[in-house]
Amino acid sequence: MIPHQNLSYRSAFNLIIKRDLTIAFRHRDDIINPLLFFIIVVTLFPLGIGPESTTLSRIAPGIIWVAALLSTLLSLDRLFKSDHEDGSLEQMMLSPHPIFILVLAKIIAHWMVTGLPLIFIAPLLAVLLHLNENSYNALMLTLLLGTPILSLLGAIGVALTVGLKKGGVLLSLLVLPLYIPVLIFATSAIDAASMNSPYSGQLAIIAALFFGSLTLAPFAVSAALKVSTN
Amino acid sequence: MILLANSLSTQPSKDPTNNQVLLSANGLTCIREDRILFEALNFSVCSGDVIQVEGPNGSGKTSLLRILAGLSQPYDGTVLFREKNIAEQSDDFHQNLLYLGHLPGVKGEMTAQENLVFNLALHGNDCSKAEETLEKVNLLGFEDALASHLSAGQHRRISLARLWQSTAPIWILDEPFTAIDKHGVTQLEQLFLAHAQRGGCVILTTHQDLSFPENKVKKITLDYRFY
Repeated sequence: MIPHQNLSYRSAFNLIIKRDLTIAFRHRDDIINPLLFFIIVVTLFPLGIGPESTTLSRIAPGIIWVAALLSTLLSLDRLFKSDHEDGSLEQMMLSPHPIFILVLAKIIAHWMVTGLPLIFIAPLLAVLLHLNENSYNALMLTLLLGTPILSLLGAIGVALTVGLKKGGVLLSLLVLPLYIPVLIFATSAIDAASMNSPYSGQLAIIAALFFGSLTLAPFAVSAALKVSTN
Repeated sequence: MILLANSLSTQPSKDPTNNQVLLSANGLTCIREDRILFEALNFSVCSGDVIQVEGPNGSGKTSLLRILAGLSQPYDGTVLFREKNIAEQSDDFHQNLLYLGHLPGVKGEMTAQENLVFNLALHGNDCSKAEETLEKVNLLGFEDALASHLSAGQHRRISLARLWQSTAPIWILDEPFTAIDKHGVTQLEQLFLAHAQRGGCVILTTHQDLSFPENKVKKITLDYRFY
């Protein structure tokens, strides 16, 4: 058998993370566009609705979460599209590493580029929306657990539509229904926190969704990619 | 090259006439857009073979190569690697396969060297000699240039550079000479011959005539079919 020293899961994982982050930092639009979209949507709401703090603080969790969801959706296309167009996806499919490791690394890199900046900027925007001060912990926890779910589930949709010329609308149709449970439980957790009631139940469900999608989505994505590159 | 000799030590690489079947196609049928591209295609590829797949545009050369690499599924038939279906041993098969498609798989945001190092590492090859390899494909001085600033031929050269470091015996190359200059083509042809002599095999499509001696290259000709 051919001696391959460099075939450990970890080296493959690190290789893809490093590559995708390098590409994202050299092609900054990928980071800036979704973040800018998020900021613009959230800041437009107080202008449109008026500055009453009671109204704003009532709808703040919903606004922040819907904006985060849409900005993730906006960035999903980049996940596999460019790799598919220049042939690197084919090469990944033919690498001796298991595809789910490569896919998982790509999704995590995508989250680091699109989800993580949202989490950093969200508390600042929450101030603009007069978010109830009891809710900040809940907001951060739901975003921390919830945004990776958005990347993981979104990747399945992207993998299914990557071979299509105009898959944008189909992608939204496929992915949005999967996002709805996250949205419902996240906003309800933040609402509960604002009323000082316990929100660990909602958080537990989001955590379950997170671990479920973390373990299963990479396999679904690899299977979908095999179909799409066929 | 030495790398390759080691990797193939289990095979009688000194004696290419003692051919071992590496890859065989069993009754392959491919249908695209309701048109049969080829039907019940049988052939085997032995170590030491250079096989040129010929045929007019649209005759199914790329489809055949993608099926052989396991990227596409045939409508009917199987591809066997060392007498076992490739679908059942994909990790093992992928370690022994080097496939380069139409698209070079080069990222414009990364430099020539980063691209090569990534491609080598992704396939588990040694990437410590990336710089020397780039020199072999005439990209010396462009190591740190972003690939988006390089030409189509240079992109192709970055992806072909992997051939020099590859330890895989099976090379499947779709139009490897696209955008490559005359000198580069000669260089590649020599590399293919050397690879075959060491006990590897090369399956390629090209519309150019290979300058190999007649007995060195086998041909598979696909006809354009209208039904």
